[in-house]
Amino acid sequence: MPTDLLDRRLVFVTGKGGVGKTTIAAGLGQLASSQGRRTLLCEVDAKGSLAGAFEAGPTEFRERRIGPGLWAMSMDTEASLREYLALQLRLPRLSRLGPLARTFDFVANAAPGVREILVVGKLCHEVRERHYDLVVVDAPASGHIVGHLAAPQAIQGLVKVGAVRDQTGWMLDILHDPARTAVVIVATPEEMPVNETLELADRLTTETRVDVAAVVANRVLPELFGRGEEEAFRALRDPEAVGALADAVGGPVDHVLRAADLAVRMRRTRAEHLAELRAGLGPGVDLLYVPELFQRTHGVRATRQVAAALSAELGY
Amino acid sequence: MPTARRAPGTSLEPLMAAKEIVICCGSGGVGKTTTAAAVAAMAAAHLGGKVLVITVDPARRLAAALGLERFGNVEVQVPPQRFADAGVEPRGELWAAMLDTKQSWDELVRSHAPDDVTRDAILANPLYENVTGRFVQSHDYIAMERLYEIHASGRYDLIVVDTPPTRNAIDFLDAPERMADFFSSRLLRWLTVPARSRVFTVASRPFYTVADRILGSQFLQDIAEFFLLFQTMYEGFVERARAVTRTLSDKRTTFVVVSTLEATPAREAEFFIDALAERRYPLGAVVVNKALPDLFLDAAAKQAAELLCRDAGRVARAVAGAHPAVGDPSQVARVLAEVGESYLNFQVVAAREAEQRAELAGHADVVATAPFADHDITDLAGLLELGAALWR
Repeated sequence: MPTDLLDRRLVFVTGKGGVGKTTIAAGLGQLASSQGRRTLLCEVDAKGSLAGAFEAGPTEFRERRIGPGLWAMSMDTEASLREYLALQLRLPRLSRLGPLARTFDFVANAAPGVREILVVGKLCHEVRERHYDLVVVDAPASGHIVGHLAAPQAIQGLVKVGAVRDQTGWMLDILHDPARTAVVIVATPEEMPVNETLELADRLTTETRVDVAAVVANRVLPELFGRGEEEAFRALRDPEAVGALADAVGGPVDHVLRAADLAVRMRRTRAEHLAELRAGLGPGVDLLYVPELFQRTHGVRATRQVAAALSAELGY
Repeated sequence: MPTARRAPGTSLEPLMAAKEIVICCGSGGVGKTTTAAAVAAMAAAHLGGKVLVITVDPARRLAAALGLERFGNVEVQVPPQRFADAGVEPRGELWAAMLDTKQSWDELVRSHAPDDVTRDAILANPLYENVTGRFVQSHDYIAMERLYEIHASGRYDLIVVDTPPTRNAIDFLDAPERMADFFSSRLLRWLTVPARSRVFTVASRPFYTVADRILGSQFLQDIAEFFLLFQTMYEGFVERARAVTRTLSDKRTTFVVVSTLEATPAREAEFFIDALAERRYPLGAVVVNKALPDLFLDAAAKQAAELLCRDAGRVARAVAGAHPAVGDPSQVARVLAEVGESYLNFQVVAAREAEQRAELAGHADVVATAPFADHDITDLAGLLELGAALWR
């Protein structure tokens, strides 16, 4: 039996840009903390969207409590390096590392995987130290997530000795344990996000050993008509019926009817993409549906609605 | 440039006719690639000349629509037959290329390496692939570098570029400058010290003490050797990066910021517009993609929808009375209530979009709008249809 998503320790939420990755990560964090799990939310590409999902003010590297059982932080690789040096190398006085800030960017750029391992390392560290029951990561988008999750292996391959290499073993233990670590890919039911999701699921399986536990289909449109109702709608499009409808309403109805046509077509196209998504995913991957939120798509209200939808989908 | 702010134009045509390089940018998922391909197709069809669209990672169907089968830096002409299939007789030629980062880097190394030995040593270096894959946003740099190279070759009248997906859309603007800085930096010289001499300079010692403990000296040595090789290309690279920067700010170049009307992409678009202004790069137009149609902004229709939600039963009975063919009034009532609710749902989104559009419109002389498409683009006809909306 695979471990329930929220019973894991480290959940990376990724997906193509623009699909609502941050909102889903925030919803998962909200849900987990509402169930009594001490939860840390971490935004990796600090754009400040995570703070917006809770109206909690800007986040920084040092985690801050933003709700009952819920903490938030934003990743900062340089701060992570400082923390790591202090913890692992027991370097006595960080103030003596003056050139460090200046040289860091350079080293991180020059040495492949260093920046990534500082991100993944900080997250794994929080898991190992059991500071939280669950760490939910608003992770880098599809194009960058594999690089992050594969970084410990890459470092092992490239770096033969040194502190960084010594650190990779326990990170891999955490990352490769499906009872502790999972990736959630967010997609919207459109062509590019679906394709990217399937490609990413493939790459994660072949290039890392991190478990892809679930795909969230975000912004799923409601089915407009039930059984037999679509025929009834078509009958209403008859010019005489439209005339009768306009009379009964007391005004033009053309735009309203055309809008319904559009909604039906949109729903149909998206249903095809959803079917492709389902067919392309392995049997071990859950597909969770989160509906289109027409009213509020960002902010606390949306976060709560997404949490409620995820809760229902996860069977709570 | 107009001197006084007036209502923005809605057509990209004048801009495409006047410029030689059009750079499409914006956050991921806004339809940047499709937009770039659509305006390039329109330019080839209606303005004539040789038009090239450079894409980074097109959807498979879009690639197929353009007749691109594989990645590669080879520029391929979109077969004129595809225009004929779309019912268009093009005045010019449409060419397309998909950018291959690795291959582009290899070419760059080949043209700048001082000799064959250095060239082969770089290309065979185990770090090379890793490093070109990430350092100083190499994707961003290489896209701009290819653009420069192709423009300088004089093979095209108009080049439309789709920028790579970046964490921050502005990264690629700074990439050439950063590339130049990188190669001129003191740090690079520090890092290459151990390969040049076993005697560390005093200045570099604290850095090495830390770096050595983190990375291990062997790895550090590998890095150093790699960068020492790369340093042989210093002059060529820096000169080239500066030329690329000049191209970006050239009068013949323009930027088109693509966005949807959702909050996050629109915020990024505004951020990007500011970044362009700061760097004195010319913003030619804003393209608003996937906008809901105006029929959702009709006050009378909104009233009708509200009535349908509120009073579906009465309306259904009246319609069924006048036109019995619509069938069972209770089913008609359910359908009408759903139609009304659906309209109101999308109307909320459309109202939000209208506000967002007004905000974006304040920034540019041209704001072109592409409607929400309920189907994916699978052929050139689809691209031209989208392009036509941006041409109006």
